[in-house]
Amino acid sequence: MSLVARHLEASGITTIVVGSARDIVEECAVPRFLFTDFPLGNPCGKPYDRDMQRQIAEMTLDVLESARFPQTTVQTPFAWDDEDWRETVARIDPEKLEELREMGERRRALQDETRAARVRTA
Amino acid sequence: MADATASGVSHRRLVSYIDRTREYYQALGYEHPYRWARHQSSPFQPLVKPLRESTLAIVTTASLAAPEGFSEDAPLGRKELYSMPTRPVPEWFFTQDLSWHKEATHTDDPASFFPAREFQSLVEQGRLGSLAQRSWGVPTDFSQRRTRELDAPRILEGMREDEVDVAVLVPL
Repeated sequence: MSLVARHLEASGITTIVVGSARDIVEECAVPRFLFTDFPLGNPCGKPYDRDMQRQIAEMTLDVLESARFPQTTVQTPFAWDDEDWRETVARIDPEKLEELREMGERRRALQDETRAARVRTA
Repeated sequence: MADATASGVSHRRLVSYIDRTREYYQALGYEHPYRWARHQSSPFQPLVKPLRESTLAIVTTASLAAPEGFSEDAPLGRKELYSMPTRPVPEWFFTQDLSWHKEATHTDDPASFFPAREFQSLVEQGRLGSLAQRSWGVPTDFSQRRTRELDAPRILEGMREDEVDVAVLVPL
């Protein structure tokens, strides 16, 4: 998504990324980034919290207007209800290692198949 | 100083998704870690006109339907770039294939990741010119080359057709 922002921006469209995976967006380097430190999934505000969603939309416009330099990150003032989610991001359960390896096998097979299909259609 | 903590910290609070992705791919048996894009600098296009005269388009990573080949076992499927009318605002998106935090939250409220309704309110208040007639959905593709060389140019072309001035990109 950050790569799309960079492409649009370089072509004359003003962009902003609204997201919660701070390191991924900042490593890619985008013009403007409105960051909310939430678990991934609700970067525009908590589900059904219309007041927060309205504020984040307003902040998005504020950053579009106020940023003067590329790689401007602004953090919204919102916090998730608890901090436990940080520990469970992509948690690897030691008891499920075999299951994960098998899932990886299936993914790789699908990726090979997709690549082959693209080559056929190219 | 209500925010001050007497105990201080020994670990940073921010989650490193790059670290977690590497560990996860290793557990899946990938030989090499996924390599996220990195740049030293970014392009910068200041607003060309005031927001109250600008047309804004939204780009999401969510889909309107499960991608072909999707299953819970191999949650990738094959996704293609798509566009959709911005109004009426979709009431539901397919997000199960994306890496949001399924233990901590949910995506039942599209407004929590697709801000069309809020921007429409800002249009009605005169804060923003208009919402573009089309919104865009991009696959979170394993291939950065595909994103750069195929998807991004197609979105640009569509946005030029729709006379878009400003794009808000919301990855889940």
